[in-house]
Amino acid sequence: MDEKKMRHIISILIENESGALSRVAGLFSARGYNIESLTVAPTEDPSLSRMTILTSGSDEVLEQITKQLNKLVDVVKVVDLSEAAHVERELMLIKVRATGKDREEMKRMADIFRGRIIDVTESTYVIELTGASSKLDSFIAALDAGLILETVRTGVCGIGRGDRILKV
Amino acid sequence: MISGAEIVIRCLQEEKVDCVFGYPGGSVLHIYDALFKQEQVKHILVRHEQAAVHAADAYSRSSQKVGVALVTSGPGVTNTVTGIATAYMDSIPMVVLCGQVPTFYIGQDAFQECDTVGITRPCVKHNFLVKDVKDLAITIKKAFHIAATGRPGPVVVDIPKDITAQMCEFDYPKNIQMRSYNPVVKGHLGQIKKAVQLLQEAKRPVIYTGGGVILSDAAEKLTQLARKLNFPVTNTLMGLGGYPATDRQFVGMLGMHGTFEANNAMHFADVILAIGARFDDRVIGNPEHFGEERRRVIHIDIDPSSISKRVKVDVPIVGNVPDVLDEILKLLDGNFKTDPEVANWWRQIDEWRGRDSLRYKQAEHIMPQFVMEKLYEVTKGEAFITSDVGQHQMFAAQYYKFDKPRRWINSGGLGTMGVGLPYGMGVLMANPDAQVACVTGEGSIQMCIQELSTCKQYGFPIKIINLNNGMLGMVRQWQEMFYSKRYSQSYVTSLPDFVKLAEAYGHVGMKIEKPEDVEPALRKAFTEHKDDLVFMDFIIDPVANVFPMVAAGKGLTEMILAEDL
Repeated sequence: MDEKKMRHIISILIENESGALSRVAGLFSARGYNIESLTVAPTEDPSLSRMTILTSGSDEVLEQITKQLNKLVDVVKVVDLSEAAHVERELMLIKVRATGKDREEMKRMADIFRGRIIDVTESTYVIELTGASSKLDSFIAALDAGLILETVRTGVCGIGRGDRILKV
Repeated sequence: MISGAEIVIRCLQEEKVDCVFGYPGGSVLHIYDALFKQEQVKHILVRHEQAAVHAADAYSRSSQKVGVALVTSGPGVTNTVTGIATAYMDSIPMVVLCGQVPTFYIGQDAFQECDTVGITRPCVKHNFLVKDVKDLAITIKKAFHIAATGRPGPVVVDIPKDITAQMCEFDYPKNIQMRSYNPVVKGHLGQIKKAVQLLQEAKRPVIYTGGGVILSDAAEKLTQLARKLNFPVTNTLMGLGGYPATDRQFVGMLGMHGTFEANNAMHFADVILAIGARFDDRVIGNPEHFGEERRRVIHIDIDPSSISKRVKVDVPIVGNVPDVLDEILKLLDGNFKTDPEVANWWRQIDEWRGRDSLRYKQAEHIMPQFVMEKLYEVTKGEAFITSDVGQHQMFAAQYYKFDKPRRWINSGGLGTMGVGLPYGMGVLMANPDAQVACVTGEGSIQMCIQELSTCKQYGFPIKIINLNNGMLGMVRQWQEMFYSKRYSQSYVTSLPDFVKLAEAYGHVGMKIEKPEDVEPALRKAFTEHKDDLVFMDFIIDPVANVFPMVAAGKGLTEMILAEDL
């Protein structure tokens, strides 16, 4: 990825109110910012939602994104996780054809990537895989494309390491 | 227990709202009934919802209060969108109360239903849909709080009809705390100290101020600071009146139609003190050209997202302008001395000023600039000038010298044609004894012409200065200069007889065709017809253009001057 358009993970604490998601999504589309993935769910305090947005842009664009997000009245806090130490994960469910010799091969691939087979039929598996997005990408690349029936990914969620805590 | 509709009215009373601009309809009938039963909140019945919002907007612009509009659901709301977007672009505090279909009909494509929150979301500071009558009062409180604090803006409250019928205890909170909304007021002292240091070192300084100075009522403090520093001051279109235009230190408006001295001072300054302004495209022209000069920028603004958005800022100060100016003034109180080289800078500025870039030639026809100069003389510079959008707007901004803030009322950001007449109504509701002139053109005025009827009903004695060139002047100017004179759709044929039109609405109409008639007609309008709305149709030079001009994409110093042509 070229240096000027770095990948960033933005974490947002937002009032858990109807329409909050559309305010954030609308801001990104109105100002021409990228959303590569977006995840949202309530926190331990049900009045607040935690949203994670994977985006990319130059430092100037990222500065504007965080400033504009902070301006939204429903937004309580915004942090660019990728500015410092953090961990990130994404979950993928992938349905693959599993017949004949591929059945054993799929099982072995899932094991190598520390995936779990969570649904089995005579001809298919559903494999659950968690990890950094790049690991999920590698898994997909490692499979024969013709055997992939369906993929579902949650998008990235992330959290700061150690004392970096995003809380009210 | 009182009804939701009565709660709405009680909230307005608690907020000391003395008038609302609106238009009734099915979803707001309960609210209109509650309005009927009291006298504290007056209601101005407009002829189109767009005008209600423009009037509420001008009520805000011309006072320190929050304007309020009240409209019904569906088309009532969609008609307000232009007005809301206009207010949003210029950061005008305003509350728009909208009726909505009953909660149990929402989402069913009911009669006069629309997704108000969805439609208005991108052009409001915030909006609310009230789903429970218990939340009604606190939501309206929040709306006023959000509209008026921080960087101000319009807030929409969508109120379903069943909520206005339900009964509830009324308890209006005095204060409000929102964990997600806490605008900064005080500037960072360390940054302010850095700014003061830069101001002391400046050899070619300029103070560049915008609408933020007007909105935060910082004009007096700005004047104090500028005088102490002896720096030149330039205003944006939105900032006019923030510094007295007749003062020696004022170098005029800057930007696309700014003066030669203002644009050069801005471009060649070594230190820019930007206050409540946002370096927009109409102000700095081509940002790359602007970036060619090395300079240091101090930027005071309440909105962090305005800082370093288009121009990299060296000393950002986020805070309320008057509070920050107070701090700067305190720090300057010691043995501050402007750098001696500033005297040379002034010599340079006076040389630029000597070009007299607003000079124009008189012609056989009435020149629009001449009308503005006479308007200034006749009103002694004391009038509130509302303006529409186009050449006339620029002529008014260039030739009417605003010495006071909140006197220049125009749509700067969105550039909305049609605002002028309803703006006049809003100004008069906030300032009943004011002289108000609406500077407009035959194109713009027809976009909200129906409000002549409202003006008759409430006796708004607006003087409409119609600079009639039979063309959409600014469009024609661009077509002349950049489209080889292909005047595509910029002629307005079949114009009405504006004198008869004014008379048909019960007003006074005048047609002025000769330069020598301009001043007597204006005097007559402002004396003999002081209490009447006078529609003054000035037939002006059809080919007059606005100069200086920085063409789109050009640099601030690449001005086209009238003398070059």
